[in-house]
Amino acid sequence: MNLSRKWLHEFAAIEANDKDFAEAMTLSGSKVEITEDLGARISRVVVGRILEMERHPDSDHMWICQLDAGEETPIQIVTGAWNLHVGDLVPTALHKSTLPGDVKITRGKLRGVISNGMFCGLAELGLDTRDFPYGVITAAAILGDYRAMDPEKPSIPADIKAGDQIFGPVVAARVLECAAISYGLFHTCLDLGDSTAVPDTGCMNLHVGDLVAYNTQTDTICTLADLHAQQAEFPHCIPDGVFVLNEENIKPGDDIKAVLGLDDHVVEFEITPNRPDCLSVIGLAREAAATFGAELKLHTPVVRGEGEGSLPDLLDVETPDADLVPRYTARMVRKVKIAPSPKWMRERLRAMGVRPINNIVDITNYVMLEYGQPMHAFDYRYVKGGKILVRRAVEGETLTTLDGVVRTLTANHLVIADDTRAVGLAGIMGGENSEISADTTDVVFESANFDKACIRKGAVALGMRTEASSKFEKGLDPMNTLPAVDRACELVELLGAGEVVDGVIDILNYVPQPTVLPLEPEKINALLGTRVEEGEMVRILKTLGFQVENRTVTVPSWRADVQGMADLAEEVARFYGYNHIPATLMRGETTQGGYTREQQTERTLGQTCRALGYNEIITYSFISPAYYDKIRWEAGDPRRNSLKIMNPLGEDTSILRTTILPSMLEILTRNYSFRNPAARLYELGRTYFRREDGLADEPKVLSLGAYGEMDFFALKGAVQAILSSLRIRDLTFQAVSDNPSYHPGQCARVLSRGRELGVFGQIHPLTARNYGVDTSLYCAELSFDSLFSARGEEPRYTPLPKFPAMTRDIALVCRESIAVGALEDCIRRGGGALLKEVRLFDIYRGKGVAEDKKSVAFNLTFRAEDRSLTASETDEAVQTLLSLLEKELGAVLR
Amino acid sequence: MKEQLANIRAQAIRAMEQAQDTAALEALRVQYLGKKGALTAVLKRMGSLTAEERPAMGQLANEVRSALEEALEARSKKLEAQALEARLKAETLDVTIPGTPVALGHRHPMYIALDEIKDIFVGMGFEVLDGPEVELSYYNFDRLNAEADHPSRDWSDTFYFDADSRVMLRSQTSPMQVHAMEKKELPIRILAPGRVYRKDEVDATHSPMFHQVEGMVIDKGITMADLKGTLNAVMEQLFGPGTVTRFRPHHFPFTEPSCEMDVQCHKCGGEGCPTCKGEGWIEVLGAGMIHPSVLEMSGIDPNVYSGWAFGMGLERLAMRRFKITDLRLIFENDIRFLEQF
Repeated sequence: MNLSRKWLHEFAAIEANDKDFAEAMTLSGSKVEITEDLGARISRVVVGRILEMERHPDSDHMWICQLDAGEETPIQIVTGAWNLHVGDLVPTALHKSTLPGDVKITRGKLRGVISNGMFCGLAELGLDTRDFPYGVITAAAILGDYRAMDPEKPSIPADIKAGDQIFGPVVAARVLECAAISYGLFHTCLDLGDSTAVPDTGCMNLHVGDLVAYNTQTDTICTLADLHAQQAEFPHCIPDGVFVLNEENIKPGDDIKAVLGLDDHVVEFEITPNRPDCLSVIGLAREAAATFGAELKLHTPVVRGEGEGSLPDLLDVETPDADLVPRYTARMVRKVKIAPSPKWMRERLRAMGVRPINNIVDITNYVMLEYGQPMHAFDYRYVKGGKILVRRAVEGETLTTLDGVVRTLTANHLVIADDTRAVGLAGIMGGENSEISADTTDVVFESANFDKACIRKGAVALGMRTEASSKFEKGLDPMNTLPAVDRACELVELLGAGEVVDGVIDILNYVPQPTVLPLEPEKINALLGTRVEEGEMVRILKTLGFQVENRTVTVPSWRADVQGMADLAEEVARFYGYNHIPATLMRGETTQGGYTREQQTERTLGQTCRALGYNEIITYSFISPAYYDKIRWEAGDPRRNSLKIMNPLGEDTSILRTTILPSMLEILTRNYSFRNPAARLYELGRTYFRREDGLADEPKVLSLGAYGEMDFFALKGAVQAILSSLRIRDLTFQAVSDNPSYHPGQCARVLSRGRELGVFGQIHPLTARNYGVDTSLYCAELSFDSLFSARGEEPRYTPLPKFPAMTRDIALVCRESIAVGALEDCIRRGGGALLKEVRLFDIYRGKGVAEDKKSVAFNLTFRAEDRSLTASETDEAVQTLLSLLEKELGAVLR
Repeated sequence: MKEQLANIRAQAIRAMEQAQDTAALEALRVQYLGKKGALTAVLKRMGSLTAEERPAMGQLANEVRSALEEALEARSKKLEAQALEARLKAETLDVTIPGTPVALGHRHPMYIALDEIKDIFVGMGFEVLDGPEVELSYYNFDRLNAEADHPSRDWSDTFYFDADSRVMLRSQTSPMQVHAMEKKELPIRILAPGRVYRKDEVDATHSPMFHQVEGMVIDKGITMADLKGTLNAVMEQLFGPGTVTRFRPHHFPFTEPSCEMDVQCHKCGGEGCPTCKGEGWIEVLGAGMIHPSVLEMSGIDPNVYSGWAFGMGLERLAMRRFKITDLRLIFENDIRFLEQF
């Protein structure tokens, strides 16, 4: 919401500078985003009146102007603009002036002639024709400016003279006279060689002596478009030039900022959705007045209502869908004279970012800004039967809105209709078929209150959000419709824009029931932790329009957000000052706090992964269904049964993952494609499994991923270290050859006491290829829940060995197919209680070992807790395990 | 014999002083002091002396032995010292050669920021909660006082799993507050961090998945002054002692009064600079007193209990903390980014 400080001043005289204003308003709850000084960059630019013009002796397109700039003597300015005439009032940047865009203007010479400044166009002032629609320049094609596209074949001969035919009815003509009749309209007298013509023209670049193209059939002076000419053919006949002013009561020397309304400061507020009342000048003025302790000067509109006829005879309104139309208020204006609105109104609209159009439309916008009540004006002649029906649209009904778009409506839209058709989309946008036009004579002003949800949903469904709908959707005060429509009628009378018919049509489909609350100062202070006096609370509430009597608060109609004690407490706190509330530390019962076992385990896992050199990543929980194909899950795999988002952003983020593997692979791939030579990553992320009740089980999975300087055993070592950090014991590793995502010969599952903890290994080359990666990728997926429940007990001290150990190295020859794990298992079982440690130290194939066999060497440690072992005891234990090895696995000492 | 002893002494000491290594020295020890050594040979002849000569000669022999032993010891120490010196010299390294690399993993910057916050609140007696991300809209909206037609419920804003808009991806961590109010005994002090989801396209400041952390306190006699005091203390721990804060009125459906908290810009001290976009203040979180209807809906009597809650976006906090300029970096997980933290 933008607020013009000048407009605000009308309701509350606040003199604070921009910074203090922004700070105070922000701290009382109306957050200021930015303040713009509309004229900050403009200095020493004044109104100048052109006294004399002569052509520059050394230029074919420049003029030397003598100018009254409000000083004692005229000043001279040289210009290249062609749309100027003696008597014009123009914005003049004097010597040492500044303009937007850090432009500095100083005195200089143009082709040898002194120029004491520069005339400004709209662009130079930081404006455009939307700010000043009358600043549009129409240019005639001046034949002296003609440059043939092909010099060999000019369309207009260089020696053309008045009376020569150009084509068809178009002849060359010399301007004998050119005099302004009114702003932008000129009376001319043309020499056609053997006759003269006296057309009026809107072309602004004509001067006596110019040779132009004249259409004898239409009696008009031709523009470039009329000649089907390109701009390059007439380089100086452009729809641009100096902004010739058409403002009332201005004189040479006036500061241009005041003339154009650029002496205003505009404050942009962020208004929270609970405060639609602050989407208006009056609403913000109320807040500002309360913030600065200034008087709020409100105004009650007075309407004379002298228009002809009786409103009930002219207009009838029905609201069959009463629940969607709490209130509908309308008035009529007759004998309307469509014209531009006065400067002060245009200025205020412009400052608030609204484009001025004509008096009637400007009045509706002005009232919307001032009162926060959207209004609509429509042409009475298009209300067939003089009857307005506010009804739900018929499914499929179409309406062309003011922006020219054909809208197809549903029964959820509310339309303003006459007997036969819709003429407007209620609360969103008017219809093209009832638009105010230059010949409008009778106008209906609608000031209504519509159901906020209906308007919001209607606008969303059509993908259009207008100034009006964005206000309605927040829920407006139904009490505001009448003062707003009266204000509009008052402005009509003030501007002389028409005659207001006496009376108001006002349909109330609700019973106004003000909210009444008890004032409980003790409770308010107890909630805030303050000691604000009751009198101060009453004062604050009253400045905001609340009525307070005998500890009873009546909430004003525009404050639907205030419903209870806590809301009153906020009002008190806002103006007592949030920053005056003391800062205390909590009293009361102390609480234990701390981390749960699960959270501690999560931390341990993260610390271990990082100690092992793995970096933490964060991946999206949603994936594409196609990712299951990438990790080569079969089409019928039940794990593909994922929670599906009904309204995803896109296919890539449309389902919740049941596996964390694709997320990890994606990040590995990304790093690989960034040419990072190696990566080790981990994530403790959730997976999501659909439950019967529609919700999800969300088990966490610890994933590891790596490539570069990595092999199966390095990954396995990391997995073992992670398990060891949780003191998980009795591990078994089983080869997995049927997991489609992993290499069939380099994948294992790890179990503890029969419970599966997870799977790890090299990613299947075909999976890697699906990701476009040609290096070996390694991943592990460990279930957090399994890790957590398999974690070992708190460590308990066992006494350090008192007696020395004996070691023996054994090298075993066995069949190639026998797994090291099987040998180790057999050794442990055969070694008995004295065997404390088994460590693999070599696997050998080759010379000395038969072709289909391998030699596996272990280092064994034996120890007794209560004595020093003898060599024979140790040897005996070795013999026992060797015989078991031979018996079970056929493994013999090498 | 006396002469012999003197000769041995002179010869041996000279030889020992010239010995070049411990082996040579050991040979000399054997040569002179060993069982078959020169000195022993002389002593063996003591028997041939007269009883009068013997004591003097014995004393002399012992003197020679001591002298030889001393010389031996001295030379041995010297040789040892030389050997050590030579070894140290041989072992001298170019210490500018880089150390053997040990890979160290890095915590994700966002979780570094989260851990800090968690530790601060745990230190104040809060417990950390975890909750479901697939959530009922009842918990995400209804129970938090969001109106039936609140725009955040729209399919354009929130991800749903069914046509009735019943099950959704939580759009805020606040439903965990409701679960806590339902399940936990009073008083409550909880911190609830986690992933949340909103239908925003990815750009430099938006992501459809991001993280929030919320905190909530409910007890008898909790005031807005407590909210200020606690959050001020947290900000001092997070941004350093002397951190200046301010509280601005704001609006959230589930708190009343509501506020936003700003921290004074550390760069300009409140004067306004590019870091704080000229405002002098940087918004860090939203907070407020828990709305009485929210307490009531959870069966807590607002006439007896009151509470406050706050919520903040973690990504923004981490980005500010580490001067990260683009949100996409957080989820891109480029190791060149991760390894900076």
